[in-house]
Amino acid sequence: MNWEHIILGNRLNMDALPHEWFTIGGTFGFILLPIAAVLLLGKIKGWKWLWGEWFTSVDPKRIGIMYMIVAGFMLLRGGLDALMLWLQQALGSSNMPGFLGVQHGYLSADHFQQIVTAHGNIMVFFVAMAFIFGLVNFIVPLQIGARDLAFPFLNTLGFWLYVAGVLMVNMFFAVGGQYAATGWLAIAPLQGKMFSPGVGVDYWIWSLQISGVGTTIAAINFIVTIIKMRAPGMSMWKLPLFTWGSLCSMCMAVAVFPLLTATLFLSFFDRYLGTHFFTIAGGGDPMLYTSMIWMWGHPEVYILVLPAFGVFGEVVSVFSRKPIASYVTAVLGMIGVSSLALSVWVHHFFTMGSGADVNAFFGLMSMVIAIPTAVLMYVWIATLYKGRIRFSVPMLWFLGFVWTFTIGGVSGVMLGIPPVDFQLHNSLFLVAHFHSNVVGGVLFGIFCGINYWFPKFAGFRLNERIGRNAFWFWIVGFSLSFIPMYILGLMGATRRLDHYDASTGWQPLYVVMLIGGLTIAIGVALQLAQILASVIERKRLADTTGDPWDGRTLEWSTASPVPEYNFTHIPTVSTRDAFWEMKKKALAKQKFEDIHAVKNTSAGVWISAFAFLAGFGFVWEITWLWVVSLAAIVISIVMKAFNEDSEYVIPAADVKKMEAERLAHKPKAPTAAEADSAEDMSVWELVKWLMAYAMEVVRTKRWRKL
Amino acid sequence: MAEALTPHQAHEEAANERATFGFWVYLMTDLLMFSILFAAYSVLHGNTLGGASPRQLFSQPVALTETLILLTSSFTNGIGMYRAREGKKNQMLVWFGITFLLGLSFLGLEIREFTKFFHEGHTLTSSGFLSSFFVLVGTHGLHITSGLLWMGTTLGFVMARGLTPGLVRKLSLLSLFWHFLDIVWIFIFTIVYLQALV
Repeated sequence: MNWEHIILGNRLNMDALPHEWFTIGGTFGFILLPIAAVLLLGKIKGWKWLWGEWFTSVDPKRIGIMYMIVAGFMLLRGGLDALMLWLQQALGSSNMPGFLGVQHGYLSADHFQQIVTAHGNIMVFFVAMAFIFGLVNFIVPLQIGARDLAFPFLNTLGFWLYVAGVLMVNMFFAVGGQYAATGWLAIAPLQGKMFSPGVGVDYWIWSLQISGVGTTIAAINFIVTIIKMRAPGMSMWKLPLFTWGSLCSMCMAVAVFPLLTATLFLSFFDRYLGTHFFTIAGGGDPMLYTSMIWMWGHPEVYILVLPAFGVFGEVVSVFSRKPIASYVTAVLGMIGVSSLALSVWVHHFFTMGSGADVNAFFGLMSMVIAIPTAVLMYVWIATLYKGRIRFSVPMLWFLGFVWTFTIGGVSGVMLGIPPVDFQLHNSLFLVAHFHSNVVGGVLFGIFCGINYWFPKFAGFRLNERIGRNAFWFWIVGFSLSFIPMYILGLMGATRRLDHYDASTGWQPLYVVMLIGGLTIAIGVALQLAQILASVIERKRLADTTGDPWDGRTLEWSTASPVPEYNFTHIPTVSTRDAFWEMKKKALAKQKFEDIHAVKNTSAGVWISAFAFLAGFGFVWEITWLWVVSLAAIVISIVMKAFNEDSEYVIPAADVKKMEAERLAHKPKAPTAAEADSAEDMSVWELVKWLMAYAMEVVRTKRWRKL
Repeated sequence: MAEALTPHQAHEEAANERATFGFWVYLMTDLLMFSILFAAYSVLHGNTLGGASPRQLFSQPVALTETLILLTSSFTNGIGMYRAREGKKNQMLVWFGITFLLGLSFLGLEIREFTKFFHEGHTLTSSGFLSSFFVLVGTHGLHITSGLLWMGTTLGFVMARGLTPGLVRKLSLLSLFWHFLDIVWIFIFTIVYLQALV
C-alpha cells in the first residue's frame, strides 16, 4: 500500500489541476472571485454580521435573499455558457477557417458537449430552482400571515446544501478539468464508466444529488408551512395565487425529487461499485434510466413554472386594479397542471420503441395538459379586460410572457403528437420549445416577481426606466435567438451540434441566434444597472408605506423592508385579497404579544460543508474522505437534533419598542406610487454618476482606507 | 378535557403537530425512493446472466424469520410508545430495549445472508438481478441501521434527561419510521422472497 493512493484516492493527481484556458478562467471567475467577494464583504461589514446575521440565519427572508444572490450569480455563469455555445455554432460551419487550432469554430467537440451539459444543469438547478425558492421563502410566509416556516433549521440546511451543489458544479474547473459531456440528463449508457471514464459524470451526479436533497427538504418544509401555519381565517380557498402555485409546485417536488435521488444513487453505484443497473453489459437496462429520469425530469419543468404562474396571477390582478378574473378556475387550473404533469413523461422518448398504445396514451395526456395551462392563460387575459392597467415593469414582463409562453405552449402541443415528434425529435425545434417555456415562462416570471416584490426585499422599489429598457432588450433578444431556432429545427438541425456542413445553409440563422444572445446579454447588463441605479437612488425610491403598488395580499400589509418577525399581530383573514379588504376598513389596535422565535444555527453550514466533502470524496474515490465526512454529518445531525435550547422569546415590550423605533425612523420620502417613474435615473445618467463617483474616489484617494 | 391550553402549551402542541405532519410527508418521499428500487428489481430480476436465479438463491425460512422478528419489534415498539406517553420511563426503556435488540438481530440475520452470498460469489457486480437485489434490500437494511442509531441515541438521552416532551416527540416520530420500515419490508418479503417461489 502506498500512502499517496490512500490519501488522494485512485484518480487524483497533479494533472487534475487547472492548465487549460477555460479551467484557469473558471477557477478564477467562478471559485476564487466569489470567495474573494465574500471575504471583502466580511472585511467591510464585519464577520459577525456576515456569519451571525446572514450565514447562520434561520429567517426565511434572509435565506430567500441569499438564494437569489447566488442564483443571480449562477445566471451570469449559465448565460456565459449559452453565449459560448452560440458563438461556437455561429462559427461552426465547415467553411469557416480554424480558430485557436480547432477545425470548426473555437471549441473542441468534447468541450462543446460539456458546456451544453453545464448550461442545462446550471440554468435548471442552480438558477431557476434557486430563484423560485428565493421568492417562495420570502413571500409565502408573508402571504399566509406566518412569522416563520414550519422547520426553520431545515430551511437553512436546504439553502446550504444548494450552495454545496453550486460549489460542486463549478469545482471541476479547479480539480479535474472536465464536466460531463453527456447532455443535461446524462442519458445511459453514455453516463456509464465504459463511455465516460472521467470525473465529469461524477461531478454531475454529486452536484445534482446534494442540491436535490436540499430541494426535497425545502419542499417538505413549505408544504407543512402552507398547510399548518396559515393565519386564522385563511382557508385554502382564500390563499393568494402565488402561494397556491408554490404549494402545487412543492407537492410535485415531493413526489418526484425522491425519484431523482434514487436514480442518481443507482447511476453512482454503477460507476463506483460496478453494479449493473443502466449498463449495456452485465444485465443492466439503459431504458430503465431513461424512464426513471424523465419521471422526474418532466414534472421538474412544471415545478419551476407553477410558482411563476402564481407570480403572474398576483401581478396581473394588482396592476389591473381588479381581482383575478376567476380565482377558482385559476386554482383548479394549477391543480390540474400539477396532477397531469406526473403522467406525460414518456413523450420525451416516443421514438424509443414503447409501442403505439403507450405512445398514444402519453401523447393524449401531453395534449390534455395544455387545457388547464390555456385556461390559466385565459384567466390572466380576462383579468386585464376592463381593468385599469398600469404598464409598470412587472406588467411588461407579464405581457412578454403571454407572447413567449404561447409560442412555447403551442409548439409543445405539436411535439406531443407522436407522429410529429418522430419528425422533430432531437431537433433544435425541441430546444426552442423548451427555452420558450423555461425562459419565457419561468425566468420572465422570476424577473416579474423580483420587480414586483423588490420593495419588500430592500425597502425601495426598482428603477422603472432602466427596467423597461432591460425588458425590451430581453424580449427582442429572445425573439431573435429562439425563433430562428424553431426554423432551424424544422430544417433538420439537431440539438448539441458543434459543427455542420456549409451546404446546409444554416449559418445565417445561427448568426442571427448569436445576435439575439448578445442582445439578451445587454438586457442582463441593464438589469444589473437597474439594481445599481436603484441602490444609488434608494432614498428617492424608498417605499415608506409598505404598499407601493396598492397591493391586495397580506405581504403588503407589512413594512418595507419587513421586520424580523413579519407581523406584530397575526392578522385575521375573512376574504380573498385579504389586505385589500383590510384597507377598506380601519383595523382595531391590538395589544403587543410575546413572539416565539428560533435561534440562528450554524449546523446547516457544517452539514452542507461535510456533504460537499463527502461528494468530493465520492467523485475522486477517496475512501477516507467520504467515510469521515459521512460520520461528521451523522454526528452533526445528532448534536443538532438533541439540542433542546433552540428557541427564544421576544417579549411583548421589546416588540413594542422595536415597532416604535421603526416608525420613528421611517424615511419621509414620497411613496413609490406617487413618485413619477419618469424621473428615475436613466442609463446615461447612471453612467455619468458612476464616472463622477470614480473621479471622486481617485481625487480623494479613498481606496487607501480599505 | 375542555381546559384551555396556556400559550406555551399551545405552542408546543402546534410544534408537535407540524413535526408529525412533516415526518409523514418525509416518509412518503422515502417510500417513493423505495418505489424506484422496487421498479428496478422488477425489471432486472430476470437478468441473472447464467448465475443463480432468485429461486436458487433465496432461503424463505430465513426471510420469514426476519419478517417475524421485524413485526414483533413493531409490536414492542408500540407498547413502548404507550408507556412513554404515560410517562413510565423504566417500562418504556425495557420495551424500547427489546425493540432495539430485535432490530439488531434482524440486521444480524441480513448481514449473515449477505456475507453468505458474497462468499458463494454472488456479489453486487455479478448481474443486473443481484445489483438490484442487494441495493433494494441493502437500502432497507441501511434504514434499519439509522433507525437503530436514532433509537440508541434517543434512549441514551432519555436515561440522562428523563422523558422530556422533546424526546417523547422524537420517539413518536421514530415509531412512525419503524412501522414504515416494517411495511416496506412486507413488500420486500412479497416481491423478492415469495415471488422467487413462483
